[in-house]
Amino acid sequence: MQKVNFKNISSRVSLFLVTAMLTFSISTFAQADGDVTEVVAPAADGAGDAAAGKALFNANCAACHKLDKKATGPALRGVANKYDREWLYKWIKNSQGLVASGDALANEIFEANNKSVMTSFPALSNGDIDNILAYTIEPRPEPSIAVASSGGGGEDGSGTSNNVILGGLAFIFLLLITMLFLVTNTLKKIASNNGVEYPAKEGKKPLWKAFIENQFLLLISAVFLLLASAYFMYGFFMQVGVDQGYAPAQPIHYSHRIHAGDNEIDCNYCHSSARKSKHSGIPSLNVCMNCHKNIGAVSDDVLAEGLNEHGVDYNKEILKLYDAVGWDVDTQAYTGETKPVKWVRIHNLPDFAYFNHSQHVTVAGVACQKCHGPVEEMEIMEQFSPLTMGWCINCHRETNVDLAGNEYYEKIHKELSEKYGVKQLTAAQMGGLECGKCHY
Amino acid sequence: MASNKKYWKSVEELDQNSSIVKTLQENEFVEAIPTDEFLGDKETLEASSTTRRDFLKYVGFTTAAASLAACEGPVIKSIPYVVAPDEIVPGVANYYATAMADGFDFANILVKTREGRPIKIERNDLSTSGGVNARVHASVLSLYDNNRLKAPMVGGEDVTWAEFDKTAAEKIQAMAGQNVVLLTQTFASPSTSKLIKEFTTAYPGVRHVTYDTVSSSGALDAFQQKFGTRALPDYDFGKAEVIVSVGADFLGDWQGGGYDAGYAQGRIPKNGKMSKHIQFEANMTLSGANADNRIPVKPSDQKKVLSALTGGSTSGLSPQVAKAVEMAKAMMRKAGSKAVLVTGLPDMASQGRTLDANAGSVVMDTAKPRMTRSANNAEVMKVMNGVISGSVKGLITVGVDPVYSFPNEKFKAAYGNLDMTIAFAMKKDATASLAKLVAATPHYLESWGDVQMKKGSYSLIQPTIRPLYKTRQFQETLLAWTKNETSYVDYIKETWSGVLGGESWNKTLHDGVLVSGAGLDVAPVVSEEMLESSTSHGALAASQDGGMELVLYTKTSIGDGQQANNPWLQEMPDPITRTSWDNYVTVSAADANSLGLVNENVANGGLNGSLVNVKMGDVTIASVPVLIQPGQAPGSVGLALGYGKKESVQTEMQTGVNAYRLNNLSTETQNISLEKVAGEHEFACVQLHNTMMGRDIIRETSLEIFNTKGADDWNPMPQVSKDHEEIDVTSPEADLWTSFDRSVGHHFNLSIDLNACTGCGACVIACHSENNVPVVGKSEVRRSRDMHWLRIDRYYSSDESFVEDKEKKEGFSGLSGDNGSLGGFGELEIASANPQVAFQPVMCQHCNHAPCESVCPVAATSHSRQGQNHMAYNRCVGTRYCANNCPYKVRRFNWFLYNENDEFDYHMNNDMGRMVLNPDVNVRSRGVMEKCSMCIQKTQLSILEAKRDGRSVKDSEFQTACSAACDKGAMVFGDINDHHSEVFESKKDKRMYHLLEAVGTEPNVFYKTKVRNSKEA
Repeated sequence: MQKVNFKNISSRVSLFLVTAMLTFSISTFAQADGDVTEVVAPAADGAGDAAAGKALFNANCAACHKLDKKATGPALRGVANKYDREWLYKWIKNSQGLVASGDALANEIFEANNKSVMTSFPALSNGDIDNILAYTIEPRPEPSIAVASSGGGGEDGSGTSNNVILGGLAFIFLLLITMLFLVTNTLKKIASNNGVEYPAKEGKKPLWKAFIENQFLLLISAVFLLLASAYFMYGFFMQVGVDQGYAPAQPIHYSHRIHAGDNEIDCNYCHSSARKSKHSGIPSLNVCMNCHKNIGAVSDDVLAEGLNEHGVDYNKEILKLYDAVGWDVDTQAYTGETKPVKWVRIHNLPDFAYFNHSQHVTVAGVACQKCHGPVEEMEIMEQFSPLTMGWCINCHRETNVDLAGNEYYEKIHKELSEKYGVKQLTAAQMGGLECGKCHY
Repeated sequence: MASNKKYWKSVEELDQNSSIVKTLQENEFVEAIPTDEFLGDKETLEASSTTRRDFLKYVGFTTAAASLAACEGPVIKSIPYVVAPDEIVPGVANYYATAMADGFDFANILVKTREGRPIKIERNDLSTSGGVNARVHASVLSLYDNNRLKAPMVGGEDVTWAEFDKTAAEKIQAMAGQNVVLLTQTFASPSTSKLIKEFTTAYPGVRHVTYDTVSSSGALDAFQQKFGTRALPDYDFGKAEVIVSVGADFLGDWQGGGYDAGYAQGRIPKNGKMSKHIQFEANMTLSGANADNRIPVKPSDQKKVLSALTGGSTSGLSPQVAKAVEMAKAMMRKAGSKAVLVTGLPDMASQGRTLDANAGSVVMDTAKPRMTRSANNAEVMKVMNGVISGSVKGLITVGVDPVYSFPNEKFKAAYGNLDMTIAFAMKKDATASLAKLVAATPHYLESWGDVQMKKGSYSLIQPTIRPLYKTRQFQETLLAWTKNETSYVDYIKETWSGVLGGESWNKTLHDGVLVSGAGLDVAPVVSEEMLESSTSHGALAASQDGGMELVLYTKTSIGDGQQANNPWLQEMPDPITRTSWDNYVTVSAADANSLGLVNENVANGGLNGSLVNVKMGDVTIASVPVLIQPGQAPGSVGLALGYGKKESVQTEMQTGVNAYRLNNLSTETQNISLEKVAGEHEFACVQLHNTMMGRDIIRETSLEIFNTKGADDWNPMPQVSKDHEEIDVTSPEADLWTSFDRSVGHHFNLSIDLNACTGCGACVIACHSENNVPVVGKSEVRRSRDMHWLRIDRYYSSDESFVEDKEKKEGFSGLSGDNGSLGGFGELEIASANPQVAFQPVMCQHCNHAPCESVCPVAATSHSRQGQNHMAYNRCVGTRYCANNCPYKVRRFNWFLYNENDEFDYHMNNDMGRMVLNPDVNVRSRGVMEKCSMCIQKTQLSILEAKRDGRSVKDSEFQTACSAACDKGAMVFGDINDHHSEVFESKKDKRMYHLLEAVGTEPNVFYKTKVRNSKEA
C-alpha cells in the first residue's frame, strides 16, 4: 500500500514540472515572434501620395528600374531632385522622342545607358508621374538593415533559446530523478526504522528460465521470430533502390515553395519540355535569368523567413545563380564565364524503364502534383512517390483515360468500350499494362 | 568405434631407424615446403605489419562494406545548359539534312541528333541521286572513332593551327617552282573545285590530280571522249525491260553504286511483267545473285561476250555461254530502247562499246551524268611513278591514303624521302603517319560542303555537331592558305548564288538537296592524250600467261576501306559469303579441287579454310584464306579491297590482307597464281548451311507460272489433317490456341518483298544503330554468338534452280538407291557450281502464337495487342528456353557484358563510341535474351505524337529502322487495322506467305514469293 503512494507522488511531481516547462517555453517562443513583427512594422509606414506611386512604380517601372541599384535602367532614388520636373514628364512619356529632338541631357542619358530604349508611357498622367516621383523621393527605409541584423540575431537567439530550454529540461529531469531516488531511499530508511518488513523474494523460478524449459513455447517463438525477421527482411530488401523522401542538398538552395507556391509560377514555365518530351528537363540558367535579371534580392520578409525558418540567405543563393550564369551585377552584363550548376538528380528511374512526361502531362492531363506531390509547399525538393513498378501499375489500373476532344482515341475507345462493356476505359484497358510499353 | 588398423605411410616405416620416419613424426612433409620461395620475397613478407589474420579481416570488411554500399543508390548529377539552344529539347530528336561525300560513297541523308549528338543516319526522301547503303548508315559511328586525329601535327608532334599554317606556308614557299602534286579524292563539289583552282593559281607549282582508290577511269575516259564532260552515265534500271550486265555489279559499288532502288522497281511483277536480268560475271556478286540468268564467265571471256553482244561473233566461247549470249542479244533486240547493256570491264574500249550500245536506251541518261568519280588512272600512275623516280618533289594528299592503296611497294619509301609531304586526313593512316605535316580533318558530320552528285542535282553538307577535336576542314585550310578571309560556308553561299536560282538558301539547307538547271563543272580537266595513254600504259607487271584471272571487288560492308575501323561494318556479314571480319580469295569448287583447297566446318560449327600465297608478277601476298564460292567462274579468283589496314586501326579490326597491292590500275586482265600453303584459316561465317534442301523457306516461282497458274499452285497454304480431312493450317479448327482479339487499335505487320530485296544489308546496319545492338567480335561470331537482330539469309540452289531442288526432294523414294533419300539429301546439301541465289531478311517474326512466350518461366516475353512480341530484359533470367523453342532462330543471347568491358573493346567500351547509342533503347546486359522489338520505340513515339496532336496516325508515320532504311521498298511496315495502309494492301497480295507457315505460329511478318523472270523453271 505504501509503495503505491510513493509512486503517485513522484508522477504528480513530474507532471507538474513538465507542465511548467512547457508553459515557459511557449512563452519564450511567443516573445520571439513578437520581436519580429515589431521590427517589420515600420516598413509599412508611408504617405498617401507615395503609396499610390509605389503601386504605379511596381506596375510600370520595376521591370527595368530599382530604387537603389542599377538594373536595366539606372537607380531611381532621388531622381525627382536631380532633374527638372517638366523634363521628366516628357522623358517618361516619350523618351525616344526627346532623344530624337536633340535634347542634350536626354542624349547624354541615352548614351550613358548603353542606348537601351526606355518604353514610352504616354498613358501616365502628370499626376501619376508625381506620385511615382514622390515614391522615389522617399528616404531609404533603414529597417531593412535592422531586419537583416535582427533577423540574424533572431536566428541565433532562437537557436540558443531552444538549446537553453532543452538543457534546462534535461537538468530538471536529472534533478527529478535524483530527488526521487533520494526520496525513495529516505522513505525506505523510515520504513525500516519503523519496522516495516519487506516480504522476502520467493524462490520461484524466474520467468526466462521457465520459458527456456518450455520446448513448445520455444519452438513457437522461434517460428514467430523467423517469420517476423523474414517479413522485415523482405520489407527491407523491397526498399532497396526506392528513394521515397530523398531530398538531397542542392548546390543552390532553390525553393519550390517560393516559386511555385508563393509566386504561383506554372511548373511548365521552367520545366517546359515536360509538355513535348520524355524528360521534364531541368531548366537551363537562361530561364532563371528571365526573371532574376531583375530580381536580385528577395523582399525583406521573405529574407527573414528564409533565415529564420530554413537557415538560408536567399539573396546569397541568387548570387550563386549570378555566379553560375556569369552575370555581373554591377555592370548588368554577362561576363561570358559560366559555371554550369551540378544539380543532384532526385527522381532516378532505372534505364530499363521508359517514362514519357509528355504522355502524362499533355495527353493525359495528369497534374504534376499527382506524382511529385505538393511541390508548391516544398522548401527542399524531395521524391514524393516511390517510383516503383507497382505504383505505376496501380495508377494505370485506376485512372480513366480522358478522351475528350482527342481524335486519336475516338475510334479505338468506341471499339474497346464495346468490347469491355464499360463507359470509361482505364489506362490498363487501353494496353497500359503491357510489358513492352515501358520496357524496351 | 576406433579402428585398430594401422595405416602405413610408406615402406620406410618398416625401418625403425630411418630418418625419414623420424621427420615424418614431427613434420607433415619430409622436406621443407619452399613456401617463402613460392610467396616471394621473405624479408618483405616478414617486415610487413599485415599478418594473415589481418589480411583476412581486411578482405572480410571490404566485402561487407562493398555489399552494404551497393544497397545505397549513387548520387547522380544533372547538369543543364547554361544557355539552352532554342532548337534542342532534351529527349526530342532533331533531324538535319546533309550529304556524305567521302570520295567513294555519295549520298543524301538525314541525320538524327539527340541532345546535339548525331546518332543515326536516315534516307532523305527528297533526294533523287545517291543510294544510302550500309556504309553510309554506319558512317555515324566513324564520327566517334577513337583513333581519329585530334590535332594537326608537324613532324609527329601536335601543334596549333597557327603553327601549322606557318610551317606549311614556309614549306610551300620553299617548294616554289618545283613539281608539287595535290592528290585528292573526288569531291564533286563546285565550291571545292573553285577553291582548288584559286589555290593552284596562287601556287603555280602545284598540280591537282584526283585519285579514286576504286577507279572508274575507263568509263570516265570513254564518256569524256564521247560527250565531252568527265562524268559517268546515269542509269534508271526501273525503266529497263532487259538488263544485260557483263561483269558489272551494278547492285554493288559499280561506278559508285546506288542503282539498286531503281532496279528493284522493275523487278516487282506488275500486270504480269517484270524486267529480265541476264548477268555474265566471274565473282558471285549481288547483281548475279539477283539475276534471272547468271552465266559464270571469267574476265578474259567477258570481253568476247561483250563484243559478241555488240555485234561481234560468239567464236571462242563455250556453247552454253554462246547460247546465253544469243538469248541476251535476241531479248535486247526485242526490248529495243528499253534494253540496257552495262559492263564492269575496266578498259575504255569496252566501256565505249556499252555507251554506243545504249545510245538509244531510255535507261541511260547522259544529259545529267554522275559526277561522283573523276580520276584518270594514267595521271595517277604518273604521280606514283613520279614520286618513285623523284621527279615529283612534294605531295599534298587529301582524303586519300596512297601509301596504303598504291600498288607499288617502292612508293612508301619514296614518299618518306619527299621534300614536302602534307596529308589531310581524319586518321593517322599509312600516308599520314609518314607525312611531315598532317592536317587533321573533321568528319563530314562536322563539316560544311556542297556536292553535285549528278549534273544539276546539288546537295549541301552541314555540320550536325561541333568538331569533337581540333580539326579544320581542307577547304578552310585552303582559304587560309590563299589568304581568303571568308569562312567556307560563306564561300559556298557565294558559289551557290548562280545555282540557287529563285530558291532561298535556308530552304535548300533545310531540304539538303536542290535540282537546278545550272550545271557547274566539278571534275578537273583531263587532257585527251591522257585518255589515249590510259588504254595503253603498262604500269606494273605485265599479265602473265597461264594462272588464274584476278577480279578485285569491294564488299558491301568495307567498301574501299575508309571505314575499316568501324566495328559495325567489320561485323556485318558479307551478303554472299555470309562471312564477317575477313577478306579472302574466292575460288570455284573445280579450281579448289584441282589445287587441293578445302573448306570445312569444324566441331564447334566454325568454318575453316585453306591458305594460299597469291602471286602476281613479283608481288606476293602470303597466307590468304580461301573460300570456295559456288558460282565463281572457273579460272577466276575474287579478292576484296579495303582490308589489311594497319595504321590507326584497332588491333581487333586489322583484318584481312591488303588487296590494293594487286590493284595496279591496269585495264588488262591480271593473272595470278595460287600456291597452297600449310595451315588453316578460321572464318567467322554466320551461315553454316547453304542450301534449302527443297524446304519451304523461300518460295520462288517463275514469271510464266506466276502469270498462268493460280496462287494455290505456286503459293499453296500448308494443309493439316483433321478427322482425315485436309484443312488449312491457319484455319481456326487447326488451332490449339484461342486467339487474342487484335481488331482494336493498331496491329503491326511487316511485309518483305523477296523480289525487291537485293540483299544489300542497309537494314542490318540501320537496325544495329537504332537498337544499340552490340558488336561481339570475330571469335564470338565464329561461335555463332552474333547479335544481329536482323539477318539476311542467303540460300544457294543445289541443282540449277530451287524448283529443281524441290522436285528432286519430292522424287525421293526409299532410303537408298538412285532416288534414295539418304544419298539424295547428302547431294542437296552441296551447292551447285552455278546456283540460283535467294536472299531472305529474317528478324523476329512476332508470332501471334509465339512458341517463345509459352516456355518462358518468368514471363519475360509476352504478347501485345498491337502484334508485337515484347521482351522485358529486366525480367529475363536467361534460361534461353525461348531461343531454343523459336523455329526462326532469331533470339540472341548476351553471353557476356558487351559494354564497358575491355574484352569487347568496340565502340561501347569508350566514351566516344557510346555517344552513338540511342537513348530510347536499353543497352542489354549479360545473361539476357534480346531480339527484334519491331522498333517499338518508334511505333510508340508515332502514337504518342498523334495523341499529343489529337489526330489519328498517318500510314507513313509507322516505320521500323529496317523499313525506313530500305530504299527498294522491299520492307513495308504499318498497321493492318488501317485498311488504307500500304501494308494492308500488301497482305492481300497473292504472293503473300508466312515463313514456316506449317508450324502454325501465325507471324506478323510476312514475305512475298520471289518471282524470277526465267523460262526454264
